[in-house]
Amino acid sequence: MRMPKIRGVKRWITIISAILLSSILLAACGENSPSIINPKGPVAAKESGLFWFILVVATIVFVAVEGMLIYSMVRFRERPNAPNPRQIHGNNAIELAWTIAPSIFLFAVLIGTIYTMFNLSNISGQGRTIEIKVVAHQWWWEFDYTNDNIVTADELVVPVGTVIHTTLESENVIHSFWIPQITGKTDVVPGHANDKVFSADTAGTYRGICTEYCGLQHAHMSFEMRALPQAEYVSWLHNQQNAAATPTDPNAVAGEKIFSTSGGCVGCHGIVGVDLKSFSDPAAKLKVGPNLTHFGSRTSIAGLVLMWKPQDCVVVTDSSGNPAIQNPSGCGLYQWLHDPQAVKPGNDMLIGKLSDTQIAQLIAYLESLQ
Amino acid sequence: MATRTIGEGVSLTRRKSFSETYIGGWIMTIDHKKIGIMYMITAFFFFLIGGTEALLVRTQLAVPDGKVLTAEIYNQVFTMHGTTMIFLFVMPMLTGFGNYVVPLMIGARDMAFPRLNAFGYWVVLFGGMFLSISFLFGQAPNAGWFNYAPLNELTTGCGATAVTCTPGLNTDFWALGILMLGVSSIAGSLNFVVTILRLRAPGMTINRMPLFTWMVLVTSFLLLFALPSVTAASILLLLDRHIGTHFFQAGAGGDPLLWQHLFWSFGHPEVYILILPAFGMISDILPVFSRKPIFGYTFVAWSGVAIGFLSFTVWAHHMFAVGLPLVAQAFFATSTTLIAIPTAVKVFNWIATIYGGKVRFTASMLFAVGFIAMFLIGGLNGVALAVVPFDYQVTDTYFVVSHLHYVLFGGTVFAVFGGIFYWFPKMSGRLLNERLGKAQFWLMLIGVNLTFFPMHILGLLGMPRRVYTYAGNLGWNDLNLMATIGAFIIAVSIMLFLWNFVITLRSGEKAGDDPWDAFTLEWDTSSPPKPYNFEVVPTVRSRRPFYDKKNPEIADWKTATH
Repeated sequence: MRMPKIRGVKRWITIISAILLSSILLAACGENSPSIINPKGPVAAKESGLFWFILVVATIVFVAVEGMLIYSMVRFRERPNAPNPRQIHGNNAIELAWTIAPSIFLFAVLIGTIYTMFNLSNISGQGRTIEIKVVAHQWWWEFDYTNDNIVTADELVVPVGTVIHTTLESENVIHSFWIPQITGKTDVVPGHANDKVFSADTAGTYRGICTEYCGLQHAHMSFEMRALPQAEYVSWLHNQQNAAATPTDPNAVAGEKIFSTSGGCVGCHGIVGVDLKSFSDPAAKLKVGPNLTHFGSRTSIAGLVLMWKPQDCVVVTDSSGNPAIQNPSGCGLYQWLHDPQAVKPGNDMLIGKLSDTQIAQLIAYLESLQ
Repeated sequence: MATRTIGEGVSLTRRKSFSETYIGGWIMTIDHKKIGIMYMITAFFFFLIGGTEALLVRTQLAVPDGKVLTAEIYNQVFTMHGTTMIFLFVMPMLTGFGNYVVPLMIGARDMAFPRLNAFGYWVVLFGGMFLSISFLFGQAPNAGWFNYAPLNELTTGCGATAVTCTPGLNTDFWALGILMLGVSSIAGSLNFVVTILRLRAPGMTINRMPLFTWMVLVTSFLLLFALPSVTAASILLLLDRHIGTHFFQAGAGGDPLLWQHLFWSFGHPEVYILILPAFGMISDILPVFSRKPIFGYTFVAWSGVAIGFLSFTVWAHHMFAVGLPLVAQAFFATSTTLIAIPTAVKVFNWIATIYGGKVRFTASMLFAVGFIAMFLIGGLNGVALAVVPFDYQVTDTYFVVSHLHYVLFGGTVFAVFGGIFYWFPKMSGRLLNERLGKAQFWLMLIGVNLTFFPMHILGLLGMPRRVYTYAGNLGWNDLNLMATIGAFIIAVSIMLFLWNFVITLRSGEKAGDDPWDAFTLEWDTSSPPKPYNFEVVPTVRSRRPFYDKKNPEIADWKTATH
């Protein structure tokens, strides 16, 4: 039997499946991705387990149904001089069968869904549960460690294997709290006390992402979750609980002055030991920007719009004897302080123009805030 | 000048009235066929606008840190892409088909309320223009097509504290535009319900109606019951913004989730409003090109009714992540899973219609089959989204973008092109070029899969939707570039269609009255039909009246049992 039409169809099927396959392979290469199928905690593991289950069910249905469709098309294509087909109007027994068959598949999926759903937050870990109040701002994240009396911004540091209980608060619009490799999302809704339980079982750095459209800079509202081994976490925590170190380096001393001049950075940012007595100082409520007490220990800026490391931001003395950043274009913090509105248009950091000298001094100070 | 001879040697000359001119004939018309065509042309125009917006979005996202659009413009463009495609393309396009085809299918001379019909069209046109001119003010809607509270609120008090949300006219354009379009949809739906229930030809019982007519009837009821909810929401929003009420403001005792409940209890029936007429078209096209009646007519019709009812019980599956009680989430997961059953029944019946037939591969048939193939993907990843814990991971990511486009583009748009290739000869008297049509189909099939399949994976890799840019180190670059290339392939396929449209109108092959050897009444009249549709109102004795007329010996009413 000659089947010229089928060869055409086959060719297209080959091309399309090659495209689909290659896209899956490309996906596998994305090792830096915040991928939900590469879970690093028990909650995300349950969720991705369900993904593989659905993928298998869906693939079976997909192949069977598309197969029937293509078979019917090819097998019953019009042939010259073929008689008209039998005029069949239906068959109730068959209808019943293919109402029940998908119901069985769907029922299986539903059972898996409901079982997992009610057990999702059922996780255990070592030590006490860490309570963290997450406050979503436009467009950055604040993490208030309720029992440990520290506050960080855009960096959520937790010990491996310990259960984290977060309460989610928004001071403005709806945001959504999501760490793909650790846990699925829960919306942060003004006026609703949502919470979320999760833990990490492998040390590492995981990306957190805001996934409810929250206005102009929704794209730049990510955060980093760092899961540390227990001992490292404890020393990190003790360091964070300290007030800011008093700077000694002359550039940093000058930077602190710029920071704390009235009308300067202190208008919006708090530093414990400079303008705040403690992390729970009521004055902190009036600060619209992130708390910077230990900014030098962080690497991210403003919802991960930029990253920075001290070694990229070396302060040198320029030809006229003033401090300057050696390689401004390689220093994320320089770019940010130079023109925050160019980096992240519409954010709340509305500052006057800083000279390169002032920026270098500020960076020296901020670096000292370990 | 119109000259009329009123007696031997006497003629009367007067100025043509406006409605006798070519333009006036369209503007003043109350003929359902002309109104239907105007709906479709308007809808297609907005399809091109919405498509341009899609290309802008894809161009911006082709590479990381894209600089084509600013954040503000991007947010307006993606909001207007969704709003335009749903309210100004798909809805008027399907209304246009319904207008043109339904009265012909049921053997009526026009819609029940011809003037209300014309009113509905003009409101859509002006509502659409009103929404679109917002771009000229630089203030197009920018809070997403579902326009969540409290982001949609004005300047202060939108959250727990006073912060800026959406000042400017952007959201006002959206709310007023949606109200206007709602008026039109209510008028149109009432008209369809009355027309279908009251104006059927003698002998055409409800159970003999063509399935497209069935689905237009179901859709019209959905609109009548769903629209009040979004209308109320829009009015409350305008009150919040301009009168100082606080319906959606948590800080003042309101609740932002109220918006979501009101919006989605419209929005989910809306999703079926966008797909059920497409189901209907497919159910009428497949039999003609398979040379068989639809398999399981009753099941195909009533599964549509079942979907219609269930569509009012699933709205909160858009809200699994907002923190509803688990029991409520389990309820909505169950109802969402249930709705997949009648949908699956339809797919099986369509395949059974093809099975055992004599399949003619016309462009229209290819689009209809492409619809089944693509809609199946949209159905399967839709079931995946009902799996609540998995939904926590992929909701509001590109996985959802992929899902909704497989349903709306792979589904509705394919069906719309199937319908255009099928009914164009009736509307114009000419056959669209088949070769160009098939080229368009294959390009579109490749384009759709290249654009939307990688988005599944982008969602799994953690890419959120509605971001105007993304960093280059997250493994999203290649897949985004693929999607952008796919989008431009789709654009080329649409260009092919426009070319086909132009050359067909100029020099297309004459169609005759019944080019497909079809089964239903719209083909039992001239192409294009006279303003009064039928010289004699036909009498119907089965579900395929025109088939019966052409095959009196083996007519359905002699051989079949309904």
